[in-house]
Amino acid sequence: MYVAVKGGERAIENAHRLLADARRGDQSVPELSLDQISEQLGLAVDRVMSEGSLYDRELAALAIKQARGDLIEAIFLARAFRATLPRFGASEPVDTGAMRVRRRVSATFKDIPGGQILGPTFDYTHRLLDPSLAEGFVPEAPATSEASTAPTPRVTDILGRDGLIESSPQAEEGATIGDLTREPLNFPADRDLRLQNLARGDEGFLLAMGYSTQRGYGRNHPFVGEIRFGEVEVEFVGEDVGFAVPLGAIELTECQMVNQFKGSATEAPCFTRGYGLAFGQSERKTMSMALVDRALRARELGEEALAPAQDEEFVLSHSDNVQATGFVEHLKLPHYVDFQSELGLLRKLRKEFAEASLEADASDGMKEAAE
Amino acid sequence: MDSVSQHNTQQAQRQAAMAVLAHAEAGEIAARLRTISLPGHQDLRAPENGLVMLRGRVGGDGAPFNLGEATVSRAAVRLVSGEVGFGYTLGRNSEKARLIALCDALVQSRDFGAAVERAIIAPLREQLMVRRKRQAEQAAATKVDFYTMVRGEG
Repeated sequence: MYVAVKGGERAIENAHRLLADARRGDQSVPELSLDQISEQLGLAVDRVMSEGSLYDRELAALAIKQARGDLIEAIFLARAFRATLPRFGASEPVDTGAMRVRRRVSATFKDIPGGQILGPTFDYTHRLLDPSLAEGFVPEAPATSEASTAPTPRVTDILGRDGLIESSPQAEEGATIGDLTREPLNFPADRDLRLQNLARGDEGFLLAMGYSTQRGYGRNHPFVGEIRFGEVEVEFVGEDVGFAVPLGAIELTECQMVNQFKGSATEAPCFTRGYGLAFGQSERKTMSMALVDRALRARELGEEALAPAQDEEFVLSHSDNVQATGFVEHLKLPHYVDFQSELGLLRKLRKEFAEASLEADASDGMKEAAE
Repeated sequence: MDSVSQHNTQQAQRQAAMAVLAHAEAGEIAARLRTISLPGHQDLRAPENGLVMLRGRVGGDGAPFNLGEATVSRAAVRLVSGEVGFGYTLGRNSEKARLIALCDALVQSRDFGAAVERAIIAPLREQLMVRRKRQAEQAAATKVDFYTMVRGEG
């Protein structure tokens, strides 16, 4: 039970004034603009969009600024903003196969049609702090070379042609697409709901869960079939318009994890798949998501589900950092009445204990006297 | 041309124009619109911001799932000659939605269709293609050229 705190108004108001001042920091230092956050802290913006489940770079940058760089707080702000707008509907599913690829690597095949494109990546950097970035750094213009117009098919499509990998499950006729922003999550949850949950799930949580599968808690022998990052077009069928309207493009990262085989008496063995998809350039997130997606398919694939990452209720109930932080952080709100009743109970128990001890002492004394 | 294929052609033209306009800045569209003398028009629906749930597919090509929402602005504009245009764009720029709606109405107009294509859509498409080409060339420069090391004496 929570109690209204009377008399705290002025303290709260002044605390928020102090927060505003602390947020701004030393005012002789120039203020951050939203463009600066969006352009120079782009991966933080991507994370807030992904886990805030709201694609809007400017709003995510504002949330980061308001939250003083606390990304979970910023994600909370983004989620809360969603509630202020009406929903026009749902987009046509995006076609990641038609992505304008800015990065695309495969750890399973060296020679893939369209090639291995490293793009803007931290991979192969030496992870040494670079003092030249501290101030006034002007990067060289990016190198260019002739771009091929050849398509870049997904690696899983290539494996799929020979039947070496399971095909993606297709929608059943007339099936509705689960939406956990509309109905609370129930278990067992179908793959659509699981993927929606993981897509907005906390990167750190999914990273730890994915890592646990690699360390043997639900091992599934993963290879990165492909990671791709780039722009995809979004289309929306406006009822008023009557056809699919192009809305513009969003940046997405997709990870196709290729995992060890399944097969049966009637089906030839083939690789299985785990899938990750997230807004922006979110490689660690999509890789972790793909590992966990695969782990959560244990039941469907007839595997023993003994590890935490294979426990759908455990994973899906704890992946959301807004829910998690809400419940953990509410502990610091006033619980005076709750605590008073606990205190009362404790006092009563201690009194009973003391009385019982006295009685025991007394009866011991009597025993001794009798002996 | 029969009326069905005429309708399909016009729909394809409108989609192609929208695909360009959605990628342009509101200021660029407005500046180019100023180069033609516009017919009278009014808001059929005032610009409105909202959300669209973005969908992906399991494995990239399977059953759809809900990935997360995006902000979208939309508007509808009617020309005095009766054509109704719709504007939809990612983001919350309602002025841009209105400008796209106006362009969409003009694209459908017998009197203005060609002028809009020439003065607005074609140059913006050109800009977009240049931008995409540059990005593709930058990505292409990071493509790995594998070569095999010869081991031993051969």
